Amino acid sequence: MELHFEKLAGYLSLYLTGIEVTLQFTIGSWILGFLLGFIIALIKVSKFRILKLVTQFYTSIFRGTPQLVQLFIIYYATPQLIGYEITAFQAAVLAFGLNSAAYISEILRGGIQAIDYGQTEAALSLGISYPRLMCGVILPQTLKNVLPGLVNESISLMKSSSLVAVIGVMDIMRAAQTIQNRLFIAFEPLLVAAAIYYVMVMAMTALSNRLERRIKVSDKGN
Amino acid sequence: MIKVINVYKRFGDLEVLKDVTLNISKGQILSIIGPSGSGKSTLLRCMNLLEVPEQGQVWIGDQDITAKGAKIREIRQNVSMVFQHFHLFPNMTVLKNLMYAPKHVRHVTDAENRAYCMELLERVGLTEKANEYPSCLSGGQKQRVAIARSLAMKPEIILFDEPTSALDPEMVKEVLDVIQGLACTGITMVLVTHEMGFAREVSDRIVFLDNGVLIEDAPPQEFFTNPKTERARSFLQKML
Repeated sequence: MELHFEKLAGYLSLYLTGIEVTLQFTIGSWILGFLLGFIIALIKVSKFRILKLVTQFYTSIFRGTPQLVQLFIIYYATPQLIGYEITAFQAAVLAFGLNSAAYISEILRGGIQAIDYGQTEAALSLGISYPRLMCGVILPQTLKNVLPGLVNESISLMKSSSLVAVIGVMDIMRAAQTIQNRLFIAFEPLLVAAAIYYVMVMAMTALSNRLERRIKVSDKGN
Repeated sequence: MIKVINVYKRFGDLEVLKDVTLNISKGQILSIIGPSGSGKSTLLRCMNLLEVPEQGQVWIGDQDITAKGAKIREIRQNVSMVFQHFHLFPNMTVLKNLMYAPKHVRHVTDAENRAYCMELLERVGLTEKANEYPSCLSGGQKQRVAIARSLAMKPEIILFDEPTSALDPEMVKEVLDVIQGLACTGITMVLVTHEMGFAREVSDRIVFLDNGVLIEDAPPQEFFTNPKTERARSFLQKML
């Protein structure tokens, strides 16, 4: 067996483009997922019965169907349904953002409900309003507790972003495939792609560990 | 000050309060005693609507808090509660715990708020813990902070829900001393407690609740020396 990593040298810029696209895409869908997931979680712990049912249905749809199917539906069906020519990148951010919102909302819901209800009663008995209770008491504790879960979700989001290669977005995975087709070698470009993902995930893990330590220092609660 | 009128409350099939009527005047210190499961805590929690009665009315001052559209959040600002399990906010320092409600509910200026809250911490003997987090405190200290926190809103009424039941025996006294210290301030206090000696010493009125029914209502001296009902008599024999 001969390995020819040197052949990849000319395609470095393709990988770099891929990294940039993957990052843009991960950050974009993470922001969408977090904002939407946050709103959904607040509804899930609220008293609005009908809205709660809607969010439960939402979660069940996005958890109950494969991500690739969701991506295809959004990419191929949007032009047909509303006549808007959605770009591959937009479709991907939308599909993965919506999907990740379902998971993030569940992570946050669990975190909120894990806080002792006594604290809510204590706040109510002092005349503190519900938004104040949430922002000042419940959510700061929740975010600290769910940080590992959120990091997990971000990692899985970054990795599943490789699925966008199939609708033609030039991400890391697509770069590897392109090189594979030009050079007629498979192992080397794919291995490099895997290594890039691995390094990115490790960097993210290191970042979140630092964040977690900082939160622990600033808040010795619990 | 507090009027409980023909209140009924049930949890599922269990009738917890049956036609309870109770009138507490301003400045009075009332202890609610009775066997566990008799509905003491539920009765207390009806007084700030943490439990909503099925029937009957609860009045605080001249407001019917059980009426539709009652401004319950405003009323609660005057009715603080101290819980069995303290329920301090673990993400805030002791001082921030005290300052939080006055700051966000009453919009007291920061300097004034801080000065008053430090004064309260001094009253409960915990100034040196002002910048600690609740997790660094003992049970007795936590409860003293919780009492100070309830005072920070300058309430007219404080409800104590078994304030010493979750404490180690050696910490009970420090908390009772703090409560006793409040007795002369003119705040109306309602206590649910199992500390018979303390109830007798600090309160000026005792009510005895049995199985959701108020069966005794007397000054402490009379209640502890000469209870009217057989039920109260046997209860006291077991407790004392």
